[in-house]
Amino acid sequence: MNLDQFLIMRHELLLIGVVLLVLIAELFIKSDKKHHVIPIALILFLLYTIVGFLPAKTGVLFGGMYQTSELVILFKNILNVAVFIILLQSASWLRKDINHERISEFYIILLSSLIGMNFMISAGDFLMFYLGLETATIPLTALAAFDKYKNKSAEAGIKFILSSALSSGILLFGLSILYGTTGSIYFTEVAEKLVASPLLVLGFIFFVSGMSFKISLVPFHFWTADVYEGAPVNVTSFLSVVSKGAAAFIFMVILFTVFKSLSNMWGDVLYLLSILTMTIGNLFAMRQKNMKRFLAFSSIAQAGFILLGIMGASELGMTSVVYFVLVYVFSNLAAFGVVSVISDKTGLESMDDYNGMYRTNPKLSLIMMLALFSLAGIPPVAGFFGKFFLFTSAASKGYYWLVLIAVLNATVSLYYYLLVVKAMFINKNDAPIAKFKSTFTDRLALIICVAGIFAIGFASPIYELIRKLSFGL
Amino acid sequence: MINFSYTIWILIIPIFMFLLLGLLGMKFKPIISGVLGTIGLGVVMLLSYYAAYQYFFQLPRIDDAYQQILAHNITWLNLSASLQIKMGVFIDPISVMMLVVVSTVSFMVHLYSIGYMKGEKGFQRFFAFLSLFTFSMLGLVVATNIFQMYIFWELVGVSSFLLIGFYYERPSAVAASKKAFIVTRFADLGFLVGILLLSYYTKSFDFLNITGPVGIEVTRNLTQTFLGMSVATWALLLIFMGGAGKSAMFPLHIWLPDAMEGPTPVSALIHAATMVVAGVFLVARLFPLYSFAAPDALTVIAYVGGFTSLFAAVIACTQFDIKRVLAFSTLSQIGYMMLALGVSGYGGEKGLGYMASMFHLFTHAMFKALLFLGAGSIIHAVHSNYMNEMGGLRKYLPITHLTFLIACLTIAGLFPLSGFWSKDEILAAAYEHNKLLFMVEYLVAGLTAFYMFRLYFRVFWNKEPHYHHKPHESPLVMTIPLMFLAIASIFAGFLPFSKMITSDRLPFESETNLMVAIPSVAIGLVGILIAFLLYKKDNVRVEKIVKGLGGVYTTIYNKFYIDEVYMFVTKKIIFNLISRPVAWFDRHVVDGFMNGIAGVTVLTSRKIKGAQSGQLQHYAFFFVLGAIAFALIFIYLWQ
Repeated sequence: MNLDQFLIMRHELLLIGVVLLVLIAELFIKSDKKHHVIPIALILFLLYTIVGFLPAKTGVLFGGMYQTSELVILFKNILNVAVFIILLQSASWLRKDINHERISEFYIILLSSLIGMNFMISAGDFLMFYLGLETATIPLTALAAFDKYKNKSAEAGIKFILSSALSSGILLFGLSILYGTTGSIYFTEVAEKLVASPLLVLGFIFFVSGMSFKISLVPFHFWTADVYEGAPVNVTSFLSVVSKGAAAFIFMVILFTVFKSLSNMWGDVLYLLSILTMTIGNLFAMRQKNMKRFLAFSSIAQAGFILLGIMGASELGMTSVVYFVLVYVFSNLAAFGVVSVISDKTGLESMDDYNGMYRTNPKLSLIMMLALFSLAGIPPVAGFFGKFFLFTSAASKGYYWLVLIAVLNATVSLYYYLLVVKAMFINKNDAPIAKFKSTFTDRLALIICVAGIFAIGFASPIYELIRKLSFGL
Repeated sequence: MINFSYTIWILIIPIFMFLLLGLLGMKFKPIISGVLGTIGLGVVMLLSYYAAYQYFFQLPRIDDAYQQILAHNITWLNLSASLQIKMGVFIDPISVMMLVVVSTVSFMVHLYSIGYMKGEKGFQRFFAFLSLFTFSMLGLVVATNIFQMYIFWELVGVSSFLLIGFYYERPSAVAASKKAFIVTRFADLGFLVGILLLSYYTKSFDFLNITGPVGIEVTRNLTQTFLGMSVATWALLLIFMGGAGKSAMFPLHIWLPDAMEGPTPVSALIHAATMVVAGVFLVARLFPLYSFAAPDALTVIAYVGGFTSLFAAVIACTQFDIKRVLAFSTLSQIGYMMLALGVSGYGGEKGLGYMASMFHLFTHAMFKALLFLGAGSIIHAVHSNYMNEMGGLRKYLPITHLTFLIACLTIAGLFPLSGFWSKDEILAAAYEHNKLLFMVEYLVAGLTAFYMFRLYFRVFWNKEPHYHHKPHESPLVMTIPLMFLAIASIFAGFLPFSKMITSDRLPFESETNLMVAIPSVAIGLVGILIAFLLYKKDNVRVEKIVKGLGGVYTTIYNKFYIDEVYMFVTKKIIFNLISRPVAWFDRHVVDGFMNGIAGVTVLTSRKIKGAQSGQLQHYAFFFVLGAIAFALIFIYLWQ
């Protein structure tokens, strides 16, 4: 492998390097000093993230199995930034005695999953795609059960692995039908040989079902609530932000490239899925009292909005999806960050526990409010533009009813996001969560998120860059 | 060529003040932050006046029409090659007028609040929010494109949410602010969809394009229909829905009376002069489109406006909370403005309604702000909102009394106060286009005079209750704004509006229509007279005086009889047969409908929660079922 090829694959190769270095560091650190792994891993990952932004080659490797473009690189960088924020947020949780022995395990498993995602979004054929997908998923089930001494966490792990096995089975079934009807697994060749037949439709629907599981679209979403609630907070945020974002991206790319000629059909499939997902996600989110479950369900509804952008099936649509994911990363991680800090310091996770929090922890409350406003899509915070572009994309394809339903759903979602704001700022509480000081890493993570929420909303170059790299059908 | 680039400071100063007071406010003494905010707004006000002076008197007109100037316009986002989102400052007659209105009322409210909010917890926060609100409102009126307008529109919503909920320790204030926010958001979704539709077809957000000849031509020739109406009508109706939400038109009006929970200066700023007229401004801004592409939508606007004005005026007669009387009165007056737009044509004399609407917006801002600030002064003195706990206050609050009287006379439309002139133009416009609405507005004029003077007599005359503390006049910092606004209310009507603000920006001569004006003044006087007879003193005493006058028996009898008729008409018929049912309808049906939507949603979510059982085998079952259902649908049903 020469240097050029190395440069094309640098994200994956460097990340493998980071994982190995963390593993080696673990071998040489004394057993009572394991927490030294934390700064080492953070710095290594930061370096890797920075290197990822340097300009590099794009191209195709392994006879078309692996491909990368500037848009893919940009998306990998978005994922890296998100993972970096999550690593910062998890630092103080990992410092707890109970996790002391397993600190490097956390990093190794989490980053392995990220390696899988990188391969997945760089896939050029269905084999590489599937391998990446599984490499991303299997470590995640271990992470979901990371708090193994807690029943809920163990339950989350088991539920996750069993349901993802089922979804993988269906996905593979769909892929083999596709192979059977077209005789190829390469994206470009499948696209050329695609002819609509009942068998192919069956294969396509199974493929969509498998992807819907990953993005947790209704009715393939049931695992989400239990897993999100049981898993440690930082794992939940990884699942709901990074994992979901990566899956949505490759789903869109495959629909745009491989299933180009079926765009009429998948438009209608997504139509149904998005209505179900937005509406049911919202209805569930409204009744959640546990903050993690609440954010989990609200993230289901958010995924429904992403589909609107995909349905635009245009350059604008792709731009809007990538832009929305970017906004969503910062907004959701800010919200999860606050939940994580509070859960670490006090162990409280219920919405009622947040009552009157503004009095004691005004900064955290303000950040939470900002994040929720962004998720709800209130201008001028970034989230509004994210949603607006998605709606524009769908409207330009003529899906007026869908946009109307989506806007209604956005209004409903405003209601439950305001419930949290109300709890923090307005509800009376004689004993609100005590005042506490968060650690440096927690603060840094939240500052990055807030800066992101503002910067993305107000700086147009980011949008323009994504637009330049995007493509339509 | 006169350069208007300095107008950007009209936006920069308030947002700077917000950041300064919001971030560092706690470091200052309360009074300092109040004074800082007020000075900032004072500068904004002077800049606005200067801009208005330059625009109307110095700037040369082209072909006799006022120019439309883009003082600033930066491209913010390139949505696609043809569609761009811009931010800037747009100078034209109505935006300049709104700058004057918003900055004047905001400045007066700032000044007044230094006295009114003295000693309140969160004094600095209050001024920070006021600055934010003013910034949002100013940004809205100078928007160069509909997208910028929408962003500031939402900012206005957020900042009014903060201001109404200012007394966050009071649950009712919190509920009110939430209601206001949710109801207006609900309306805004229509606005957003309307914007998407409009921009999709006209390929532009800019007002200059979409209300210019090209935009009108495109919109007018749209052949697409949806449920039997053209897409253009749909888009403009949806946009009006956003306007109706902010301007509290029936049936989206329910948030406004509750929003009176906010501090009184806030009510003066938000609910009299600025936010609630945003809807009127929106329709005026897009008026050429409405007029040429969707006359049906204009008819809807006229009837919604007319109905709201009557509906609200009837309710106002029954309220005892003085701020609520004023709230309903605002609804009624905004209904007038909407109606005037709805009956207006485009260009020259035909555009009388447009000009009348803007004229009334201007005068109403002055006298309604005065009424609210006066009410604040009364509440400040007696520590109550209820008129039963007031009476005889004219002795204790001489300045408030005098200015309040001027405002009441103005809103009643008496010659030669400003309300007379603007209301007369509206009535004249309605007279030419729609006799039914015209008659309704006559009735509303009478009701308006009645309920305002009912309020006036109950508060300043009538029987004096037992006051715990002797009421005292408010400090000078509160009465100066009252006096200024009183002067404005008297003289604002003499502005030659038809020479400045018209639908096609060409000045025209408007004449007072005596046939319309004389009956309208007479109706106003009748309303005042009824109020005088019933509320100047306790009714029993009215009766005694009538008897005590002696003289011819029949005269007494007749007077007594008339008195009874008045009493019967107002107390029995209006109160019991009309107002109460209307109020009931409002409370139970309209509110109930809105609450019902929320209830159904919660109920459904409870029902479907059963599916989320926690049993993995159920999840797998639903998963497979979903996949098969989708496969079946798309193999067999989808073509």
